[in-house]
Amino acid sequence: MDSNLPVIEGPVCPMPISNHDHIVIGHGAGGVLTHSLIQNVFQKYLGNVILNQGNDAAILRALKEFPADRNLVVSTDAHIVFPLFFAGGDIGRLAICGTVNDVSMLGAVPKFLTATFILEEGFPIRDLERILVSMAEAAEEAGVKIIAADTKVTEKGKSDGLFISTTGIGWVNPKFQISGQSALPGDVVILSGPIGNHGIAVAEARGNLGFRSQIRSDVAPLNGMTAALLDAVPDTHVLRDPTRGGLATTLVEIACQSKVTIRLQEESIPVDRNVRSACDMLGLDPLYMANEGKLIVIVPSGSAELAMETLKKHPYGQQAVKIGEVESGSDGQLLLKTPLGTTRHLDMLAGEMLPRIC
Amino acid sequence: MTTGKVSPNTIRQTRAVMDEIHRITTRPWNIMEICGGQTHAIIEFGLDQLLPTNINLIHGPGCPVCVTSLELIERALQIASQPGVIFTSFGDMLRVPGSSSDLFGARAKGADVRFVYSPMDAVKLAKENPDKQVVFFAVGFETTVPAIAASVLHAEKLGLKNFSILPANVLVPPAMHAILQSPENRVNAFLGAGHVCAIMGYWEYEPIAAKYHTPIVVTGFDPLDLAMGILMNVRQLEEGRFEVENAYPRYVTREGNQTAQGMINQIFEPVDRQWRGIGLIPLSGLGLRQAYRNFDAGSRFDIQLAQLKESPLCIAGSVLRGVAKPIDCPAFASQCTPSNPLGAPMVSAEGACSAYYRYHKVN
Repeated sequence: MDSNLPVIEGPVCPMPISNHDHIVIGHGAGGVLTHSLIQNVFQKYLGNVILNQGNDAAILRALKEFPADRNLVVSTDAHIVFPLFFAGGDIGRLAICGTVNDVSMLGAVPKFLTATFILEEGFPIRDLERILVSMAEAAEEAGVKIIAADTKVTEKGKSDGLFISTTGIGWVNPKFQISGQSALPGDVVILSGPIGNHGIAVAEARGNLGFRSQIRSDVAPLNGMTAALLDAVPDTHVLRDPTRGGLATTLVEIACQSKVTIRLQEESIPVDRNVRSACDMLGLDPLYMANEGKLIVIVPSGSAELAMETLKKHPYGQQAVKIGEVESGSDGQLLLKTPLGTTRHLDMLAGEMLPRIC
Repeated sequence: MTTGKVSPNTIRQTRAVMDEIHRITTRPWNIMEICGGQTHAIIEFGLDQLLPTNINLIHGPGCPVCVTSLELIERALQIASQPGVIFTSFGDMLRVPGSSSDLFGARAKGADVRFVYSPMDAVKLAKENPDKQVVFFAVGFETTVPAIAASVLHAEKLGLKNFSILPANVLVPPAMHAILQSPENRVNAFLGAGHVCAIMGYWEYEPIAAKYHTPIVVTGFDPLDLAMGILMNVRQLEEGRFEVENAYPRYVTREGNQTAQGMINQIFEPVDRQWRGIGLIPLSGLGLRQAYRNFDAGSRFDIQLAQLKESPLCIAGSVLRGVAKPIDCPAFASQCTPSNPLGAPMVSAEGACSAYYRYHKVN
């Protein structure tokens, strides 16, 4: 026997590292690493009885929580935002609130969410934990549970940090007739607060402002406020959150869906002073900036005062204002009365919002 | 763009100026606002709705995005598509259609195209990416030139070999000459672009007003500024005067910002330039002087341009010359919209077609 050969005393394969501080491709492989990520990270922050069962699917009927006289409401939404963290929120809060709000806009009570996480190899687990904490807080505020979740990992460069897709499930009392098609001539248009903050907060986080603005995103779950509103004003016609495309695009959509004309008073539309300054400097229009915690309410004129009163009592609706009226007209026009008494026509946002040159 | 920010005082004064315009106007007058920012503000506030019907505002060629030639846009597209290039531009340049694509299209096919708010951001990118060639698309009127000149000087100071600009800047006075010399000209007076004059002053306009017997009033961008500019023009026209007047004295002096002018002259020199829809205007653009020519992306990249063709439907040329209004175009708001622009004036918020589309008069 050649004495130069090493003596083999046992297995020589190095043990795989199981404690990573970044996402590695193995976190998506379905094996030990995936399980440790689920148990030590996802369940730690988002866990509940249903999710922790660890089955391939969640059974809701077993909970007997679903009232028989209600209709089921489902909405799904994918969330990508750059950067993932911005003043006032992050992708986690956005992923909860975005879907909770979509379900709420039909007058429904959101109850459950499912979430899919697309992670890029190399993503810091500390950042993931920060985002999950924020999701857990937003879910608690909204009173929703995450009942199913999935994780996939892409190779580095094949995605961008983290994408989150959420599906919301809730129920709605069939007596409500809330829809973008329900605006009627004579209705009053109410906005829950100032616009443009989210869009500017994200632009600032991207480093596009070139200065610090102290503007925070308004990202918030609106289901508490919509529930209170519908208790007080069950004959509400339209609820809509003016997200991408902003207030103008959303109102054009409603005007088209309801085949009416909507006329706004420009002076009554609230825009925070620093948001307006930032928009002016960048050549952007607050009417087209994204919001993630604002509500458009369209109600019969007789219910407008009660709706205003109810919104103003809610923390997210304290600055609610009446901004316009619905008029007859079948071509889906959005008109804006300027402070000079002239009228201009507003259209949907075309493509990406681009800053002007001069 | 300026939701609700007009003060009650401004509204009252603007109305009073409008009343005065109604009182003194006896004949039809055509007044051209040169600057796209003014077109935008006029239509945003609906000022045209407050004017007497015989005061006709003509929208001039003052949108830098609109007048950038197809050839330069194709050049930009080709440079952007080369490997190892980061192509930077002001935002609204990205959607201007070339003959077959725009810069967004190039980006979707893999080009690294980014929009920046300042040419200095492009210099920063060049510093951070020494293995890439960073190119800035230098568009704009005299307003953007000082910042572009400063970026070239800064890149020179940093010794950056990977920063260059694609010069496309244009100048206002040669365009005014071209419009006034045209046999189709209907312009009786000009609103001068306030922010251009803040840099360049208005001494260059004095020989133009004298030569063509055409009043020019340096005008700002608020409703009251614009109303005052129109009033001062109408007054001159009614009285038979043709002078250069300054309705924007809080920002503009006759001489302008001489430090900025000095920096522009150090880096740039006037060159002949093609204007989209108008044609070649002598000495109407800015090119890099010999000493700075190594910052010229046009010579750094080998570009072969094929035959270029504009959309046959688009009447952008007539719109930019002030001969036609956007609504005269058969494609307006049908085949040509801001989401699917056939011509450049539909792209930028400053473009006359886009401004009309977004805010067009409600009858």
